Amino acid sequence: MSEGTALVETREMRPAAESRPFIEHSLVQLTLVRFREFWREPEAVFWVFVFPILLTTGLGIAFRNRPADVVRVGAVGPQLAGALRGNKSLAVETLDRAAGEQALRAGRIVLLAVTGADGAVTYRYDDTNPEGRNAKLLVDRTVQHAAGAHDPVAASDDFVREPGSRYIDFLVPGLLGMNLMGSGIWGLGFAIVDARRKKLLKRLIASPMPRSQYLLSFLLARLVMLYIEVAALIGFGAWVFGVPVRGNLFELALLCLLSSLSFSALGLLIASRVQTIEGASGLMNFVMLPMWIFSGVFFSADRFPNALQPFVRALPLTAVIDALRAHILRGVSLSQLGPQLAIISGWLVVCFFTALKLFRWR
Amino acid sequence: MPASPSRPPVCVHGLRKAYSDVVAVDGLDLDVRAGECFGLLGPNGAGKTTTIEICEGLTAQDAGTVELLGLRWETDASELRQRLGVQLQETQLSEKLTVDETLRLFRSFYRQGPSVSEVIAMVQLEEKRNSRVGGLSGGQKQRLAMACALVGDPDLLFLDEPTTGLDPQARRQVWDLIERFKGEGRNVILTTHYMDEAERLCDRVAVMDHGKIIALGTPRELIASIGAEHMVEFSVAEGSSLVDLAALERLDGVRVARCENGGYAMQVSELHRAVAALFDELAGRRIPLTELRTHSATLEDVFVSLTGRHLRDE
Repeated sequence: MSEGTALVETREMRPAAESRPFIEHSLVQLTLVRFREFWREPEAVFWVFVFPILLTTGLGIAFRNRPADVVRVGAVGPQLAGALRGNKSLAVETLDRAAGEQALRAGRIVLLAVTGADGAVTYRYDDTNPEGRNAKLLVDRTVQHAAGAHDPVAASDDFVREPGSRYIDFLVPGLLGMNLMGSGIWGLGFAIVDARRKKLLKRLIASPMPRSQYLLSFLLARLVMLYIEVAALIGFGAWVFGVPVRGNLFELALLCLLSSLSFSALGLLIASRVQTIEGASGLMNFVMLPMWIFSGVFFSADRFPNALQPFVRALPLTAVIDALRAHILRGVSLSQLGPQLAIISGWLVVCFFTALKLFRWR
Repeated sequence: MPASPSRPPVCVHGLRKAYSDVVAVDGLDLDVRAGECFGLLGPNGAGKTTTIEICEGLTAQDAGTVELLGLRWETDASELRQRLGVQLQETQLSEKLTVDETLRLFRSFYRQGPSVSEVIAMVQLEEKRNSRVGGLSGGQKQRLAMACALVGDPDLLFLDEPTTGLDPQARRQVWDLIERFKGEGRNVILTTHYMDEAERLCDRVAVMDHGKIIALGTPRELIASIGAEHMVEFSVAEGSSLVDLAALERLDGVRVARCENGGYAMQVSELHRAVAALFDELAGRRIPLTELRTHSATLEDVFVSLTGRHLRDE
């Protein structure tokens, strides 16, 4: 028997590591490092926790549902103005022609009504702007009624103003999806590329660190932070704006977990070879930009033309936001969200295994 | 724990590694004896780091075998990682962690070794224990990197340029640390391009150039191998006639003479006779001497006599 083998045997008679306390296990230590590095980076804490709440607040205020949402219009001539003032949904300014044009261009009014020499009324407005078209309908109706028109069919209003159908309700699941994407991709991608750049990854693999635990520590840390993020945003939306959560909370937790894992896998894939922070942030923006635009964070993804829909639907963030909206706002259960879950899982599996194949420690 | 003399803790044979544009290591053989501090000395680009990284299991060789502590990377990688201590040239440890947290992390990878407090005491960072790594000086960072290498109680310690970029005081602290580790009879392999470091710390030195070992021995043997114990360097007034190198080499006690940096350098066996002869020679030719320096021969002079270049020429 060689001396080398003898050395190994002597070694193994030394005290075993199995009796070490929980806190001294490498996976626990690696995961603690993830938390320490995150909490000691004030910018990261801001973007993950504070920014989404600020954004929700800002947009919530800007797009709040005003009980009597008035449409600002201008009228040339006191007679026309008088007729329009009969409608409480209109805020009417009496202007001369030039001042009216000016106000229209500045966006202070959305429509300018002008009476011609023959008594006919002309409406000047931007027909591609929904508010302009709305103003035209309101103003025209008011003008016709003032001139004695009657509705042939009797009609009355029944308003829907319950939580769950307002813009803020639409927005919160969108922002939640965007946040899951951001923290998954940045959180994993940046930390790994930074460690590679500093040759820390190289140093770690020269030690007996179990390599899978390095990755696992990111996922465990995400798991904890994920629920803080989700609870902060959903809790804030519910508390301040009364955004409802109609789905089952356990299913919501599962959905967020799957989404976050999927984005983390994408982050891992992005970080698998990049050597510099600049390279990483360029690549991350390249990957995230289409999703910020197309995935329906701020407005419905259905608005994009049909030709684009297959692409829009295939994006992981579209699937995540669709599923979150259906679940949170309409209480749709996960079992009915098969297509979205399939897309999210597909991205998870493909990105994760590609990343493992491409990954370089140095 | 010293290995038996029959089986050196490090046996490297026929090691070769080529990158796309350059052969970094070109057929290298190396045996490190038990309990030895072994130095790889050479200029930048000589292949020192590639050699040490192959030994550390970070780079795969193109050809050749590496056997460490009787184990091989191909079959015993995880056992080897437990028993090697590694300090890399450019690692930046996470700046947001404290000294204590960094060592706790590294300690958790090893099945046995000293406690975190013991390692901190070993590298004399007790006062910095709860400081962030980002706030440490260069020397303190380097000692922390050494602590990370020592935390698994290694049988074999690899140090890649352990004092590059440190001020003299910090260098001496790192040297003390290496000497203490050496004093415990363990094996150290270090790379350096400082000849004073190699002379002070290493039991044996391999001088590397262009991926090959061009000289091997104790620092004393290597210096003796150039056959001269002293170096004499001098300059003459500008505009004076050139000094004939052949004439210099004929002087009493002078072995070799050459032009260097606008002056002259001679390897000399008997200093007092050579200097007297030099004065006579220059006086006889009416050449005014402007500068004269003598020093004992060093590993630097060994490198120069072998390659005609200085270690830090690049």
